[in-house]
Amino acid sequence: MHEMGIAQELVRIALEALPRDLKDPKVASLNLRIGKLSSVVPHSLTFCFEIITKDTPLEHARLDIETVPVVIRCDTCGRQWEADTPVFRCPDCENGQVRMISGREIDIDSLTLME
Amino acid sequence: MEIKIRKNILEKNLTEADKNRNFFREKKVFVLNMMSSPGSGKTQTLCRTLAQLMPDIQVGVIVGDICTTNDADRLAKTGAKVTQINTDQFGGDCHLTAPMIDTAARKLGCDDLDLLIVENIGNLVCPAEFDIGENARVVVLSVTEGEDKPVKYPLMFQVSDAAILNKVDLLPYLEFDAALAVENMKTVHPGMPVFELSAKTGQGFEPWLEWLRQQL
Repeated sequence: MHEMGIAQELVRIALEALPRDLKDPKVASLNLRIGKLSSVVPHSLTFCFEIITKDTPLEHARLDIETVPVVIRCDTCGRQWEADTPVFRCPDCENGQVRMISGREIDIDSLTLME
Repeated sequence: MEIKIRKNILEKNLTEADKNRNFFREKKVFVLNMMSSPGSGKTQTLCRTLAQLMPDIQVGVIVGDICTTNDADRLAKTGAKVTQINTDQFGGDCHLTAPMIDTAARKLGCDDLDLLIVENIGNLVCPAEFDIGENARVVVLSVTEGEDKPVKYPLMFQVSDAAILNKVDLLPYLEFDAALAVENMKTVHPGMPVFELSAKTGQGFEPWLEWLRQQL
């Protein structure tokens, strides 16, 4: 639902990262890392991105989205595991204090310029 | 050619949220971000909460809605300082962001406040993603919704520090399994305190108020 706002921020960051001495830069792809638990739908993000990048160096750039798994660690017993379902309960400690190691990323890692 | 960037796309909001946190720390005000789906009874819960806490504790409220000042009008009757954020008169943003809170908090004035409650826009998805510089987050679920909402919207329940199960006075008339709802919340967030209450009748309200007082 908020993918348009995220797409706008993504465009701002990507444009700022372009080398200023480059004449007419064209971006081939943006490499993103999106956590499985983040509320970002890749399809919606791509849709919004395409709309707002018309006539910019980012037009036709591909969004390469790497999905980051949800990894949880139990601070009570130290067990670490990857969660496929929204179960954050430690399999060993019923009420262990857990914390998320990964899975909430909404990151841009890099961009690739066209040759 | 690859250009490394390595940034959180929401960095601008995170920076603003940190600024808010510093501002609130200076003002010695505790900020609570209250979130839920539409119609869970956030405003009614707040009205009763304010009536019980004030005047011992000075509370201010920032209310977020897409349209109307209905909630702010209801809350203002409690005597609390209230300000409304409308994200768009014709249907705008589905969540509040840190810069919106900065503007609203300055408009409200925080000098004489102990507690600032932000009633976020009714939505179980987007508000979970946006840090506004709060100290704690509370999610409200009501018994007229589904028991499985916590596992359907795990991020919201995972990032919250406490949960309220509201409208328990309606349980005799519904086929809602309150124990299952609480179990689902604890599956997504083990150890999270859950307060089963009715904002209408006041049933079960004291443990919630006690938790809130302890946070300050």
